[in-house]
Amino acid sequence: MTNAPAADLNRPDDRPNHQPPTGWGRYLTFSTDHKVIGIQYLVTSFLFFLIGGLLAMVIRAELITPESDLVSRSVYNSMFTMHGTIMIFLWIFPSLVGLANYLVPLMIGAQDMAFPRLNAIAFWLVPLFGTLLMASFFLPDGTAQAGWWVYPPVSIQNPSGHLINGQFVWIVAVAISGVSSIMGAVNFVATIFKMRAPGMTFFRMPAYVWAVLSAQLIQLSALPVLTAGAVMLLFDLAVGTHFFDANEGGNPVLFQHFFWFYSHPAVYVMALPVFGVFSEIVPVYSRKPLFGYKVVAVSSLLISFVSILVWVHHMYTSYTPGWMRMFFMVTTMLVAVPTGVKVFAWTATVWKGKLRMETPMLFALGAIVMFLFAGITGVMLAATPIDIHVNNTYFVVGHFHYVVYGTITMGMFAAIYHWFPKMAGRMYYEGLGKVHFWLAFIGTNLNFLPMHPAGLQGMLRRVSSYDPEYAFWNVLASLGGFLLGMSTLPFILNIVSSWVQGPKAPANPWRAIGLEWMVSSPPPVENFEELPIVTAEPYGYGKSEPLVENAAAIAASN
Amino acid sequence: MLLLLSVTGKLLRLPIYPLPGTIMESSVTSQPTQASPAQAHAHGHDVEGTSLFGFIVFLLSESVIFLSFFAGYYIIKTTTPTWLPPGVEGLETQAPLINTIVLVSSSFVIWGAEEALKKHKMALFRGLWLLTSAMGIYFLVGQAIEWMSLPFGFTTGVYGGLFYLLTGFHGLHVLTGILLQFLMLGRSLIPGNYDKGHVGVTEVSLFWHFVDVIWIILFCLIYVWQ
Repeated sequence: MTNAPAADLNRPDDRPNHQPPTGWGRYLTFSTDHKVIGIQYLVTSFLFFLIGGLLAMVIRAELITPESDLVSRSVYNSMFTMHGTIMIFLWIFPSLVGLANYLVPLMIGAQDMAFPRLNAIAFWLVPLFGTLLMASFFLPDGTAQAGWWVYPPVSIQNPSGHLINGQFVWIVAVAISGVSSIMGAVNFVATIFKMRAPGMTFFRMPAYVWAVLSAQLIQLSALPVLTAGAVMLLFDLAVGTHFFDANEGGNPVLFQHFFWFYSHPAVYVMALPVFGVFSEIVPVYSRKPLFGYKVVAVSSLLISFVSILVWVHHMYTSYTPGWMRMFFMVTTMLVAVPTGVKVFAWTATVWKGKLRMETPMLFALGAIVMFLFAGITGVMLAATPIDIHVNNTYFVVGHFHYVVYGTITMGMFAAIYHWFPKMAGRMYYEGLGKVHFWLAFIGTNLNFLPMHPAGLQGMLRRVSSYDPEYAFWNVLASLGGFLLGMSTLPFILNIVSSWVQGPKAPANPWRAIGLEWMVSSPPPVENFEELPIVTAEPYGYGKSEPLVENAAAIAASN
Repeated sequence: MLLLLSVTGKLLRLPIYPLPGTIMESSVTSQPTQASPAQAHAHGHDVEGTSLFGFIVFLLSESVIFLSFFAGYYIIKTTTPTWLPPGVEGLETQAPLINTIVLVSSSFVIWGAEEALKKHKMALFRGLWLLTSAMGIYFLVGQAIEWMSLPFGFTTGVYGGLFYLLTGFHGLHVLTGILLQFLMLGRSLIPGNYDKGHVGVTEVSLFWHFVDVIWIILFCLIYVWQ
């Protein structure tokens, strides 16, 4: 049979992806190699992280004085709306998906994801919707301005009357992001269930894989709810239906339910993989097995289950009946139990370990400390009376930035430093890494800690001018914000220079235990020419038990 | 979502039943260029099983969108001060009931088609498969006729919005199902295409049952509970 058309097409994905990796160019192609896709995700999302960070700099520059004097109020609305949207949908989600894309197949001993093409399409949707969202800056009436919650009625107003307005583009972009996430989630779940190496039972999977599985199960069960809400919102905005229009019998609070039913569990979609990163990194740099591995693994699933039942804690002031407030207060506090299990497990792992304070460990420990603080304010906010008092104030803003920056982004940096030698085949520079950590750690606390007292005193979020009595805390926060902005520079310098000319990395520079460390750095295209046959639980530090029975053959084959 | 649906449906299947000429070289796993015993072992995972598993996971996720719309329907109906548009008494149920019977029956027909395929009775398979599509098209035409006869539109209050949203979103799924059926029918004309396995047919059939079950719930919500 002739298949000349295929030869003529010569699309990158039509070639067997067995050939040795060549050059930077492959990161711009439609590659189906999960390792290339993982790095594509990481680099793309980091570029958007820089854009979102620039918007944050504008916000902090505006807030360094009580008057609204830097940008106009509508530009300010645009800034915080796009800052939140970019950081969540274009930095945290895709960067974590990228990391999981790179690591999960390697960690479970698979040669690729279950559906490599689906994987590639899911990635290429990210630059697509990212560009679309950025294009809304150039629309005549600017970007969406309703905040990242896009609550109606604000989000269904269309004062300019244009069909293609900032809010319209926002909804379409987020919908494409949802399609990409569902594709990814189907792929991850199928990969983890169906592609594990011989002997890789569920309770031999690294805790990170458990965390990714739990996070992706949340995506599958909760993201479609936001999709439904977004479809209805789009019709209200663009076609003139009345689903959320109270004047015509619609129910605006229903949108809040749709939104938070997904967007609260989404916090755990973002946090769980980072918890998994802590569970991987802490044992390596403490030289001890992860304390309570099985409990830590199962606690991820418990978190994802409980997280589906807490969304109304965002809506205590949305005309929510008393019984609902009570119910969701209790369920929200319950989340602290499985997360507490994890924090205790990491602490017990560090306890009396031979600590190596290299950059990944610094970031992980710093992030765990800040997560503990975020968890404490989280339990405070779960309590209805406190939440009603500080609702929509900077106390809430401070709390969730300790989660999204202090925990998730710092944890992401820990992961990047830890697995960078594996991905790039080169070592990063330890000194620059430590500078990055200390700037980021001090910057994060200086930026977000003062938000708590400002919020307790009553400073509202999403305002560009405020009472001068809050000025002290805001000046501190802005200085911290600029420090945090600068902390990214040593990171960029480190990654770029070490990728170009850093010392070559051995297969296992950290003497870590795990399948990904048994193959060369970077791994061969097929990951494992010889599939590992797993014989033990992960984290066998200080034990003489081998992880696989064919370690020599795996090492020899690449 | 329709885009997601059709794209995902195809992506999960295409690599297993590549159309001639276009994507012949590719497969769900990357093909080893030189086979060795180790690689044969390495690539020995269950490709069809993985595809079916992924498809079921996707369907479960897709069902949550419908559940959300149903929940929205329930909440708005029970809380709104203005439910039916002025001058509308309710919906005619007789024609939709016939439509429902046709659609639900088609689930049995498609099951029969699958059974025929298992016994390699290709002519019977194609006949029953085509009959399923015809019943689906009958359903869609019936729905279109009903839509045109209604005195309210998509933007007429919350009732009009919800009615067209639910029936329209379901209708898109029926249409997708029919298109996927045509795709599978076309592939059955490739000699020997379904000899080694037919997970694509299984998945389209599963999708059709899914669309049917959703319709039964939808019918109860919209037509029975008036």
